[in-house]
Amino acid sequence: MTEIFGVSIDALFGQLLLGLVNGSFYAILSLGLAVIFGLLNIINFAHGALYMMGAYAAWIALTYFGIGYWPSLLLAPLIVGAFGMVIERALLQWLYKLDHLYGLLLTFGVALIIEGTYRHFFGVSGQPYPVPELLAGSTDLGFMVLPNYRAWVVVASATVCLVTWLVIERTRLGAYLRAGTENPKLVQAFGINVPLMVTLTYGFGVALAAFAGVLAAPVIQVSPLMGSNLIIVVFAVVVIGGMGSILGSIATGLGLGVIEGFTKVFYPEASSTVVFVIMAIVLLVRPAGLFGREK
Amino acid sequence: MKRGKICALSCAAALVVIAGCKDAGQSGGKITDDVVRVGVLTDLSGLYSDAGGQGSVVAANMAAEDFGGTVLGKKIDVVSVDHQNKADVAAQKVREWIDRGGVDMITDALNSAVALATSKVVAEKKKILMDTGAASTRLTNEDCTPYTIHHTYDTYALANGTGRAVVKQGGDTWFFLTADYAFGHSLEQDTMNVVRESGGKVLGAVRHPLSASDFSSFLLQAQASKAKIVGLANAGGDTINSIKAANEFGLTKTQNLVGLLVFVNNIHSLGLEATQGMYVTEAWYWDLNDETRKWSRRFFDRTKKMPNMIHAGVYSATTMYLNAVKATGTDDADAVMAWMRANKHNDMFGTDMTLREDGRLVHDMYLFQVKKPSESKGPWDYYHVREKITADHAFQPISLSRCPLISR
Repeated sequence: MTEIFGVSIDALFGQLLLGLVNGSFYAILSLGLAVIFGLLNIINFAHGALYMMGAYAAWIALTYFGIGYWPSLLLAPLIVGAFGMVIERALLQWLYKLDHLYGLLLTFGVALIIEGTYRHFFGVSGQPYPVPELLAGSTDLGFMVLPNYRAWVVVASATVCLVTWLVIERTRLGAYLRAGTENPKLVQAFGINVPLMVTLTYGFGVALAAFAGVLAAPVIQVSPLMGSNLIIVVFAVVVIGGMGSILGSIATGLGLGVIEGFTKVFYPEASSTVVFVIMAIVLLVRPAGLFGREK
Repeated sequence: MKRGKICALSCAAALVVIAGCKDAGQSGGKITDDVVRVGVLTDLSGLYSDAGGQGSVVAANMAAEDFGGTVLGKKIDVVSVDHQNKADVAAQKVREWIDRGGVDMITDALNSAVALATSKVVAEKKKILMDTGAASTRLTNEDCTPYTIHHTYDTYALANGTGRAVVKQGGDTWFFLTADYAFGHSLEQDTMNVVRESGGKVLGAVRHPLSASDFSSFLLQAQASKAKIVGLANAGGDTINSIKAANEFGLTKTQNLVGLLVFVNNIHSLGLEATQGMYVTEAWYWDLNDETRKWSRRFFDRTKKMPNMIHAGVYSATTMYLNAVKATGTDDADAVMAWMRANKHNDMFGTDMTLREDGRLVHDMYLFQVKKPSESKGPWDYYHVREKITADHAFQPISLSRCPLISR
């Protein structure tokens, strides 16, 4: 069998695929962050907590109301997205004129409150969420056994990412949004309700996080800490991709997932730091990030 | 008459003085700041907060209540703090507790890094650490101190119980999935030794960061090793997510998982479907006998979950400490430690427990096997008792201890 640095090609293919699966989560989460930052200029630290809320919404729906995975995939983002809009109207809208730091601190506080509340009611060990029947089982690809559900994660998140990118970059609504960020007063003068648009955008970004949460529920234990384990890496992804760059966040998310996957084979101890090493290098060479534009 | 009055008064005064002296003689007059204060140092918010956390605080309070809230007429006070799983935070809090908070004994201290940092501080300040949560054997070997008691379990006992049993059942090739910090390394090393001693072979190991978000890559490596047994040298949420992913990737069809540190709460949150048949070594289980059941019901009424061995350990350690204070009449650490070393200890946690020179509390351990869903009568009915590992076999023999305090 062919080997690279003592690791068989088959094993590397397996890791590549797993990297893509993890990268899909990074992509969809960092996409939400990028949308929010790009249009609202808010660094949304509550993103991890909202992702966790999405997973819990699905778990609660299943446990207490018998609502299965597929309806939850739509319901949870709607519910959590609505919750996000409440946060935006009640708290965030007062901070737009201030420095980024205030938004970061506020959302960080919100994240702590949400996590603390869930921890109080559910404990940290978390709850198991079953894989939906349609996707149960696994496929033998020859070089590895891939659970069908993980394949679905890649497909679902790729679709959502693509659609989001198309809407923002290629439609009239997207054009309004981009114009609204550039010069809100002028856009308002054309008769477009900018505050409403901003609220809906935040809601959408949050809904993306919740969607990722539902996707993750069958893969990892649904626990109040699931967001905080992930969010720092996701922020690094956004910074590497370029703050606010939609395409950047998607491409970097997938890319870093793969790099992290390989690190887990060659030097597993570094797998939690490799993303930050890359971040440091990228910031030194291209301070605006790989896909970001210098202002 | 006047003279008679003076005499009566002085007699009374003398009596009071004598009585006072007698009382002081009994207690040695040595309860610092008139309060016996027990500090529960635990993870109240992170990944181990179900293993210890609020449950440990409740257990310590139950021990204080069983003493009637006082010892030698002085109030027993239980305080708690969140160490956030950070050794530096823990060391600083413990210093603060001892210097300003008047804490006499510290218990729980789960997370080995936290425990090692705490043991250094208590040794310097001459207070007592009765560790029920941490697992690293370093506490009673290289890093032993005259004031550290390792109460409940350690990695040697876990490895010895589970490792030996599994090799005996035919699981003779092992691959390890190890949490990359003091505890994981210690558990991995101890289990490797036991596996080799029992005639098994170790094929490899992979080390993952604490609180890793995804385990599939590591499990794929375990799968590629073709080892019969994949040993999980990790804890808490990490163990849960490893087991979950292992089921998902079909690893459990060809290989067997062995959780080296699994608490009954982990089984509860994973469900029997995913965990059935797994071997688990623990020092205690709520359903061992009438006494444990009775205590556990009381615990359950307050916390709405069953206690694990750490919670029971906190109760037992606190009781042991209070007994020692009562018997010696002081909270002076040297006197209390000497008494605990000299006497046997009995409570619902264990019988005839003895404290060794290296700080190891020696008691029975149990090998359990997780029940099938069909065998369980309901929530929290999870274990078959497979073997009682008697005290003299459960822990590292003192002859092998690397603790410099041992007189040889």
